Amino acid sequence: MTATAPIVRLDGVEKRFGAVRALSGVSLDLAAGECLGLVGHNGAGKSTLMNVLSGVLTPDAGRVSIAGQDVTGGYSTANAQAHGVRCVFQELSLCPNLTVAENARISHPAIRGFGWRGQARRLIGNKLGEVFPGHGISPNDLVGDLSIARRQMVEIARAFAVTDRPARVVILDEPTSSLDSVAAGLLLKHVRRFVEGGGTCVLISHLLGEILDTSDRIAVMRDGGVVALDAARAFDRRSLVAAMGSVTEAHGQADAAPKRGTAQPVVRARPLKQPDERELTAHAGEVVGLAGLSGQGQTELLVRIFDRAPGTDVAGPVALVAGDRQSDGVFPLWSIAENIAVGSLRRFKGKWLLDEAGITHFAEDWRRKIGIRTPDVGNPILSLSGGNQQKALFARALGSDARIVVMDDPMRGVDVGTKQEVYGMIREQAAKGRCFLWYTTETDELRNCDHVYVFREGIIAADLPRAEMTEEKVIHASFREDA
Amino acid sequence: MSGRLRQPWLWAWVGAAAVWLATAAFTGGTGSAQVLSAALTFGAFYVIVALGQMFVITLGPGNVDLSIPACMTLAGTVSMKVMGGAAAMLPVGLVLALLIGLGVGTVNFALIRLLRIPPIIATLSSSFIFQSAAIWYNRGLRVKPPEPLADFTTARIAGVPVIALAVAALAVAMHLLLTRTLYGRAVLAIGQNQRAAHLAGIRVERTRALTYLMCATLAGLCGFLLAGFSGGAALNMGEEYLLSSIAVVVIGGTSVAGGYSNVPGLWGAALFLFLLVTMLNTFGAGAGVRLVLTGLIIIGVIVAASGGRRRI
Repeated sequence: MTATAPIVRLDGVEKRFGAVRALSGVSLDLAAGECLGLVGHNGAGKSTLMNVLSGVLTPDAGRVSIAGQDVTGGYSTANAQAHGVRCVFQELSLCPNLTVAENARISHPAIRGFGWRGQARRLIGNKLGEVFPGHGISPNDLVGDLSIARRQMVEIARAFAVTDRPARVVILDEPTSSLDSVAAGLLLKHVRRFVEGGGTCVLISHLLGEILDTSDRIAVMRDGGVVALDAARAFDRRSLVAAMGSVTEAHGQADAAPKRGTAQPVVRARPLKQPDERELTAHAGEVVGLAGLSGQGQTELLVRIFDRAPGTDVAGPVALVAGDRQSDGVFPLWSIAENIAVGSLRRFKGKWLLDEAGITHFAEDWRRKIGIRTPDVGNPILSLSGGNQQKALFARALGSDARIVVMDDPMRGVDVGTKQEVYGMIREQAAKGRCFLWYTTETDELRNCDHVYVFREGIIAADLPRAEMTEEKVIHASFREDA
Repeated sequence: MSGRLRQPWLWAWVGAAAVWLATAAFTGGTGSAQVLSAALTFGAFYVIVALGQMFVITLGPGNVDLSIPACMTLAGTVSMKVMGGAAAMLPVGLVLALLIGLGVGTVNFALIRLLRIPPIIATLSSSFIFQSAAIWYNRGLRVKPPEPLADFTTARIAGVPVIALAVAALAVAMHLLLTRTLYGRAVLAIGQNQRAAHLAGIRVERTRALTYLMCATLAGLCGFLLAGFSGGAALNMGEEYLLSSIAVVVIGGTSVAGGYSNVPGLWGAALFLFLLVTMLNTFGAGAGVRLVLTGLIIIGVIVAASGGRRRI
């Protein structure tokens, strides 16, 4: 693979956003037929680098060449596409008011003329079937009606679909963070097929396991530069984490004594379709996991608990951490401070007016506690990278006075180091009597839970106390026995 | 909120100043002070209704109150007739006008919430009912307002209309309500993303209800004061407030997409609108030309005011 000329060459690429230096002279080659894994903390510059490569951002300095041709001047998303560079962004870029097929047409202008709908339906339908067999998505579905996992699948299939232009380089920015383990596995298999067929793939992920398994080479980014670049087999989990510059992942889990028993639960909820007497219960001081494949009714139940809908019994105020931050979490016109404080405003009510200094102080406090990368909490929330926006949403919920915190797959796009810190915070706050309900599609995270409910097709399929919880049991319960 | 975004209200004020200067230049300065004084009075009426409309529009796409003119007319006619010109009845008339506003707001929100009718249709259709009620009740009679009310609406301190001062104070209060209270933050959050607002623990429907009630109540107040100012309530007194309430909000720099608004811009825009018409009158433009130019200039100011913000 070193014999051929690189298909993409980035040479000394620099990019600044105001005072923040997002990229400081990055040089990187991509060869045909390889998968490059890209890892680094939130705000290390991964997404910025990929935005430069896909033409969304123009570099302040440095050169971008594709297939030996210098394309730096006048490079844009349109001619990036013409050069065969496709990108699946972390913030999904589909139009919610259009159907799956219509969205496919947007990035494939070759589909035109009479019967374009049919062509688009076939294109996207076939690709979805190829990458995600059994996906259950119709090309006629309105994107806005799809779950975040299915929207992600459509976005991925659209990037791999080929009409008149080749798909030479496909960039996948956190593609698996919204997918459950089965869909993620299918995607990674497809990536290998694509790469073996001569394509080039850049895979960004915080899940080091999938990076190590799928990539040929791995680049580690820190503070806007590439700090390590080598063949994937030269790395292991520990050396990757060390290169990213964070403390080695701690695997010592809290071995707190089970808190169930005589105490009254603070949350009791039954899924609407539950055929038996099973119900979800959570006690003060407990971390309760909601597991299973994505979109099996976990989010719905969490929202019903948040709303105190009929069929739930909730004692105490509830705060929610959104996972789908664009549609459920972030207020895009507001500053970071306003976004954090919105969950706790009551506390800052003076006789007449809100205490603005108090709000800023509170947000600043949480910026430090949870490590949001920004010089000033007065900056707009959209100036933050995706993972840092997610941290602000955590700060909103953890900073509120809610005794119960429900979390809807909240670790999407959050890096390893931050995850460990947030796990620590959750355990610490649980020890003080807070109750957490935690929907996650990452089996690793369930180790932080005292009790796990596995969901399947909208109902609770298994009820596992910590002592009985194993990955096998969770996976076993996630699938129907006849399937 | 201030400082970090280019101030969106600035353009309305720049426009108002430019139009006033152009008029003054044309007339050689004669009557400029009177024009300004009249602008402050009429602008005050615009601002009262625009304050309510601004909160409604800030709630996000689809939210608008089209029943403002009908509400003004109903509140104006009923209160004038009940007072019958008697000064002693003044408090009764004021309370009645506010209660009518409150009632109109309640009906509007009930249509929106219970019958799930889009606000634009709900408030438009309810306004037919209120307008008809005003016609039925009043039968074209023009009852003179009580003396003290007429005096208040036309009084001046050192040449400045008292009503403009009162409405300026109201605007300051509403500015604080928008930026420094739980309610204001809730309105801004809902306008950006209603689902996220709900999931952040904001009581969305309660906030919306309060906003529609407040908007209609302010319209009731405006109808009461305007009837006092113009020597009685007329059935078409609210007519021009339908478009101008929205125009003032938008020219003032409030985002039509919701979640972003400001109060200072309302005053600038209200003065601009009045001074614009005055200028065209001074230039001797006919009614047709005046309307066309008014429309074009409003579009120009909106484009200039939005600058880079409206690119999406």
